[in-house]
Amino acid sequence: MHPAFSVIFLTTLIGVGQGIFLALFTGQSYSAVELLPTQDSTRFYGNAAFIALGFLIGGLIASFFHLGHPERAWRAASQWRTSWLSREVIVLPIMMGLVFIYAIMHHFGWDSVLLTTDTGAQLSLTLIIATLGMFTTFALFICTGMVYACLKFLQEWHTPLTIINYTLFGTASGFILMTAFANTSAPDLMNFYGIWASIITLAVFVTRSASLIRNAQIKHKSTIQTAIGVRHSRIQQKSMGFMGGSVNTRDFFHHVSLIFMTKMKWIFMVLVFPVPLMLLWMGMETHSTALLFAAFVVQYVGLLAERWFFFAQANHPQNLYYQTV
Amino acid sequence: MTQLALVIDLNVCVGCHACVTSCKEWNTSGPAGSMCDDNPYGKDPTGTFFNRVQTYEIGEFPNTETLHFPKSCLHCEDPPCVPVCPTGASYKRKEDGIILVDYDKCIGCRYCSWACPYGVREIDEHLKVMKKCTLCVDRIYDETLPEAERKPACVLACPTSARLFGDVHDPESAISVTIREEGGYQLMPEWGTHPSNHYLPRRKTHQHIHEDELQRADNPLKKEQRGPSTPIDAPTLDDSTSW
Repeated sequence: MHPAFSVIFLTTLIGVGQGIFLALFTGQSYSAVELLPTQDSTRFYGNAAFIALGFLIGGLIASFFHLGHPERAWRAASQWRTSWLSREVIVLPIMMGLVFIYAIMHHFGWDSVLLTTDTGAQLSLTLIIATLGMFTTFALFICTGMVYACLKFLQEWHTPLTIINYTLFGTASGFILMTAFANTSAPDLMNFYGIWASIITLAVFVTRSASLIRNAQIKHKSTIQTAIGVRHSRIQQKSMGFMGGSVNTRDFFHHVSLIFMTKMKWIFMVLVFPVPLMLLWMGMETHSTALLFAAFVVQYVGLLAERWFFFAQANHPQNLYYQTV
Repeated sequence: MTQLALVIDLNVCVGCHACVTSCKEWNTSGPAGSMCDDNPYGKDPTGTFFNRVQTYEIGEFPNTETLHFPKSCLHCEDPPCVPVCPTGASYKRKEDGIILVDYDKCIGCRYCSWACPYGVREIDEHLKVMKKCTLCVDRIYDETLPEAERKPACVLACPTSARLFGDVHDPESAISVTIREEGGYQLMPEWGTHPSNHYLPRRKTHQHIHEDELQRADNPLKKEQRGPSTPIDAPTLDDSTSW
């Protein structure tokens, strides 16, 4: 497939936003049961939630560049019964709404403790919103992943690993950014987020490696023989039926060399995993926001490369009909 | 239930592209608006087509065979492109099984073209909506046309009658009978899309003559060594009277 930059930015940006929100939910629920010290509502939760909202809005804006008729985008909410894309279109604004509510509630301190247990654990209104937001966040990860994983003949995508990777990549990048953010406004939580960010990054290293190994061994079900229905081991295309290109030759081929593909794979494998982990560790040791932020930036750039590779690697069966491209 | 479809006979297709040009002509002039066509006579021509003919070479020289392969939307019975559409712009008509795009609802997200394994959906890069074969839905029901012309433009244009049009759900329709009797097959059956369009395979006519068929071996007169009236190699009555 030809990687579209709008979709690359959409999936990576909302991933960061979702990851930040999951980090906030984790932080607040840990502090509700007094495993972590309570943080300032406005400076920490409020501001971080606004940052998450910013990433989500950025992703939404990027997605509009993919559409031929963005003015009709509202129609995309109508087919949620069958279309994962439609479900994503519904869940994303719901999540943005919940993050917005969560952000202003913390910003203005509109919160109240609804319940206190004997052990001192407190159930507050914002934690309920955060819990709803957490479920919506996972729903959004599932929708985003399923948009790709549900296309069964794109065999590189048609695996549960697609959803797992989308979830873990987004969460990892969000947690790394939150580590940097916590270093400035909630130093108590810096190590907590940093360690979780490392664990999630290591986990996604395992799952992404698994999908790379899987995809390297894929035996494609469709062949030129099934595509045109001729049983002969030697079939060559002599003419694709037109002289110039077409949408079919531009949208479904990545148009780069195999060497370039291999390079991209190693670039993202280095930029997403070892470099950010090292910067993260150094930043946590030295309490340097710059190093922690650099870890996020490097990983985000790596994620752009990862998403590019994810699209480029998918081999669409329609390409069997265009072998002279 | 009706499922309109095409049957394409690869045995008689000569790869002349008449179906391609007549399709473009009819559909670019239709009420749904033009189909883009950039640099048609220039260096890098590109544009939207509902139907394309590709050419394959089967076998190794000198034992090769050329196959011209026209491909348009196959109007699958279980279309993967329809359920993925987020707006409902892509739909399959209940009454005749034609898959259409509502150009006023399409947001141009291209997801349906990703979901089609056959690559028959093409986005119109000017109008920014997804386009595909309509089986000339604006023609086949047009009662102002003579009945014989109520067929898709490609079918009417084909000089070798390689394209047949009809209802594949009616077991007695001409195309159902053809599919059954001439070995009609579907493309990429492995994905369970059940394409309605079928293809008829290349068929070779072989004639093998055994040596004993050249001379009648079981002639009873010959067996009994009794010639008709003259020796068997003597001129016959036919020879002498064939003036």
